[in-house]
Amino acid sequence: MLHIINKSPLTSVTLDSCLNTATGGDIILIEDAVYAATSGNAAEARLREAMSKFKIHVLMPDLEARGLGDRLIDGVSPVDYGGFVDLASNNKTSQSWL
Amino acid sequence: MSEAKKFMFVYRKAPYGTIYALESLEVVLISAAFDQDVSLVFLDDGVYQLKKGQQTKGIETKNFSPAYRALEDYDVEKLYVEKEAMEMRGLTEEDFLVPVTVLSRAEMGKLMDEQDVVLSF
Repeated sequence: MLHIINKSPLTSVTLDSCLNTATGGDIILIEDAVYAATSGNAAEARLREAMSKFKIHVLMPDLEARGLGDRLIDGVSPVDYGGFVDLASNNKTSQSWL
Repeated sequence: MSEAKKFMFVYRKAPYGTIYALESLEVVLISAAFDQDVSLVFLDDGVYQLKKGQQTKGIETKNFSPAYRALEDYDVEKLYVEKEAMEMRGLTEEDFLVPVTVLSRAEMGKLMDEQDVVLSF
């Protein structure tokens, strides 16, 4: 299953809700959620912990737009729009944590 | 002409995820054009608005971050960043595209109390 997160981890509980609820699979961070995948962010430890259960991806155009393309945490997989489409089509279901 | 009022703009949202940051810049420039005493305050995710190196080609959105550099030309020179917010996001003063004054939350609160007008974005 693919979980899609689009809110900043420091202004919304959507990432936490996803991590607390979902049992595993793919997570893609898009829009303001990409901040969760940057080194030094307060969410970094939680995200690293989640890597044991989930494969975590980040939409690079959104990270680059925010000036943080060079701060991606090791172990998070960078994807472009095509990669996002592949994730959506390779998973049977997807959940957007709006 | 009447005496300038102290205007504070409070930014708490990241750029691009919502339209707030972009829209607020328009309002700042209007206030500055009327010779008001303008302060810009960046709290919470608002500190991300000032991050250097924004490259928006990939999301096909206008990169409005250079506008913060132009503020100086409108005599908007009081930019304040919340220390705690900056640190929680792994950022330092060197990450910002314009010179800023870093203040603690307590100092921000005091500054807020001194204003005549506060506008929130």
